[in-house]
Amino acid sequence: MANFTLNINGKKQQVDVDPATPVLWVLRDHLNLVGTKYGCGIAVCGSCTIHVGGVAMRSCMLPVSQIGSQEITTIEGLSENGDHPVQKAWLEHDVAQCGYCQTGQIMNAAALLKASPHPSDEEIEGAMNGNICRCGTYVRIKAAIKTASAR
Amino acid sequence: MTVVKTSYNRRSFLKTTALAGGGMMLGFSWLAGCKPSGKEALAMPKEWFKINGYLKIGENGVVTILSPNPEGGQNVKTSMPMIVAEELDVDWKKVIVEQAPLDTEHFTRQFIGGSQALRQGWQALRMAGALARHMLREAAAQAWGVPPEEVTTEAGVLHHKKSGKSMGYGEIASAAASVPVPKEVQLKDGKDFKIIGTSRKNVDGLKIVTGQPLFGSDIQREGMLIAMIAHPPAFGLKLKSVDDSAARAMPGIRDVFTVKVIQDDYEKQFFDTITFPEVVAIVGNSTWEVMNAKKALKMEFEPIEDTTETYDRFGTKLKRHIPAGLENTTAHFEKMSELAGRPAQVKRKDGDPETAFKNAAKVIERTYTAPFLAHNCMEPMNFFAHVTAEKAELAGPLQKPELTEKTLSARIGMPVEKIDIQMTRLGGGYGRRSYAHWLVEAALISQKMNAPVKLIYTREDDMTSGIYRPAYHATFRAALDADNNLVAYHQKTGGIPESPLHENRFPAGAVDNYLAEDWTIDTNITVGSFRAPRSNFMAAAEQSFLDEVAEAAGKDPIEFRLELLNRAKTNPVGKDNDYEAERYAGVLELVREKSNWGKTSEGVSRGVSAYFCHNTYVAQVLDLVLEDGKPVIQKVHCAIDCGIVVNPDAATNLSEGCVVDGIGNALYGNMTFRDGVPEKSNFDKYRIIRHSEAPKAIEVHFVKNEIAPTGLGEPPYPPVMAALANALYRATGKRFYDQPFLGEQGVLG
Ligand code: FES
Ligand code: FES
Repeated sequence: MANFTLNINGKKQQVDVDPATPVLWVLRDHLNLVGTKYGCGIAVCGSCTIHVGGVAMRSCMLPVSQIGSQEITTIEGLSENGDHPVQKAWLEHDVAQCGYCQTGQIMNAAALLKASPHPSDEEIEGAMNGNICRCGTYVRIKAAIKTASAR
Repeated sequence: MTVVKTSYNRRSFLKTTALAGGGMMLGFSWLAGCKPSGKEALAMPKEWFKINGYLKIGENGVVTILSPNPEGGQNVKTSMPMIVAEELDVDWKKVIVEQAPLDTEHFTRQFIGGSQALRQGWQALRMAGALARHMLREAAAQAWGVPPEEVTTEAGVLHHKKSGKSMGYGEIASAAASVPVPKEVQLKDGKDFKIIGTSRKNVDGLKIVTGQPLFGSDIQREGMLIAMIAHPPAFGLKLKSVDDSAARAMPGIRDVFTVKVIQDDYEKQFFDTITFPEVVAIVGNSTWEVMNAKKALKMEFEPIEDTTETYDRFGTKLKRHIPAGLENTTAHFEKMSELAGRPAQVKRKDGDPETAFKNAAKVIERTYTAPFLAHNCMEPMNFFAHVTAEKAELAGPLQKPELTEKTLSARIGMPVEKIDIQMTRLGGGYGRRSYAHWLVEAALISQKMNAPVKLIYTREDDMTSGIYRPAYHATFRAALDADNNLVAYHQKTGGIPESPLHENRFPAGAVDNYLAEDWTIDTNITVGSFRAPRSNFMAAAEQSFLDEVAEAAGKDPIEFRLELLNRAKTNPVGKDNDYEAERYAGVLELVREKSNWGKTSEGVSRGVSAYFCHNTYVAQVLDLVLEDGKPVIQKVHCAIDCGIVVNPDAATNLSEGCVVDGIGNALYGNMTFRDGVPEKSNFDKYRIIRHSEAPKAIEVHFVKNEIAPTGLGEPPYPPVMAALANALYRATGKRFYDQPFLGEQGVLG
């Protein structure tokens, strides 16, 4: 066990955990930030996507000991009231079906648009390919990303 | 104008009460006014004829509708309340939708599966809304001293035009509660619908995009422990011994013990399929600690014995043989080909197929196969349980709660009245969450620990202790006469462990000489419902075959199907055909028009397919091009007849999802076994369709009619596989008979 002070969604949070604990489980079990989801645990499905220093990362294989002072943003901190352009576009296109994968999709899409505000279809597909949606909402996700990118 | 009775067999399905804090509450029965067909009634437990839905109108005019069905992405939580709101005549903005808890006393048919929720709820939901509106009008008429016929409503407000009086529903709701329930009530005309047929957003949309806790795996409670299970690595093995000394010594671990999910002598119900009857539970403080301890377990296994178990299918006792042994995919497929060559059980025979085949000008015979599939819900199986001496509180995602309750009650030794099951949103279901052995596991673990426990399956547990889609096999033969008419049709189907045959479906009824027969092979691999059971293979196989037959007959594939449907409509063969040829033809005609059939652009290959299942008709045309040996799907055109479309945008979304899922499973879906071991345990090996492989566009068109709505969670899924296979043939010159169509590399051939 070791003590870590994490900078999450603009707030300092203290946790006492095994240094190897993936950030995903620190968020979910220790900080009750459950918007970040577990889907595979081996960094292949994208459900657990968060931003570390503004970059999209899979939190399921990211040991808490590697974070240091980097700023973490989770879906709960993406916007104050769910009004990030990507979230708004998601609501406008009513993207979700079961909804489980969507927080990961949104976090990844938000990072994509930050890095490339007007992505081409190919760029969107390339960037989003790591995020599985078992309900098959891909067509709407793409449309929502385009809507958000136009803002 | 439709008038419906508010009672059935002299029993009323409505209850009204004044709310303690003011306002009214109306309880209604799901199936009221909807006399189920003989077949449906058989499949329904008697208890379903009970009050099972609630509608509250508060003094502030806010309407709360409790949605009894669990939500797993089918949009029932939005669409079903829309139906109530329509007849009640309220402003949709003033409607709050809440998830009802599982309460078999008050709610029944809390169910996802069979795409039946809307179909079975339609009339009852309308009646409830209409009835509440009627009572509000009566109460207002009394208060104003005017005849009730003169009281009109508009968006939650009552009006009396002559006197200019008006008031909100909330103001009179308490008084309305004591208005006697009329014997019958009038429903709106379809043309007057204001909410039904308009797109309304998912009521949980904001919560989803902001990551609010909605799912079972999100549950957190004071003092809650985390549990995981460890199970045998192979089907055909059972637990022999556990050495948990290392695991117990690991940090944060509270206990390790074996859990017997079901007693040996317990008679299972239909949905009591259990992957492994005995598992090891690891309980600790946090997920990570439990995950690590799980790896430190040392377990020994031994072969299972050959058994035959009896189970109860809604009152009928059936037997299931579970053979001993470690099974292999290669052997499965060899065995299926072998059985396909042996005499099978005849399920339907029309005319004289033997002679017709003998005298045919041309006979085409083809065989199709499909492997086992894992459901792979994005949210792995999980459940929360807090079992104390007095009561059991459970919460989590499941599809058929009321069918699990009984088994749970028997297993934990607690009467059903003391069990409370809360339903959370489901992170996908597709049939897998109908088999809730993990709920029982969670309860047993909590009982032993005497603490609140959240049981979570790892992705590996989820994938390797599946209740898989069975493996299937179908051989079709078609006989054409000299004029290229289809004169005989023979289908012989089978699977492990069930046959996918629906002997009364199209093209039965359209061919003079017809033979349908099937066979099965027993297995110890657990199987169960998977999105559009059986149809999910048959549509793919049959609709690919018909494409080939049309080609052999030198006919356009749509024209060929329409000819057959016309025959089935004008002069059907046999009486038991369970489809309406006209509606079937309707979707084909619509997709032909909308896809500009016959006019494709250069380089684009298209395939067509149509299927009827779960009471809905779907036809699809799929356009693709090949790029570096990979199919790039440009567009899928869907034409759907599911009766009245309650929430068009949500219905479109669901159809799009089915299309993507169908394409994904046809191209990649494949669970294989070696010595009983499921060979894929996570998404690195089990391929799921991804963004770049999904169709670039999906267009969904609904047939407009006034028929009561039917389901959409399943019907658009099966046919798209054949539309894909047929388009692939046009692109490559090669027919695709065996799913998955693509190898692991995702390249054809
Ligand atoms: S849970 Fe992290 S990528 Fe799947
Ligand atoms: S919405 Fe269900 S997995 Fe994406």
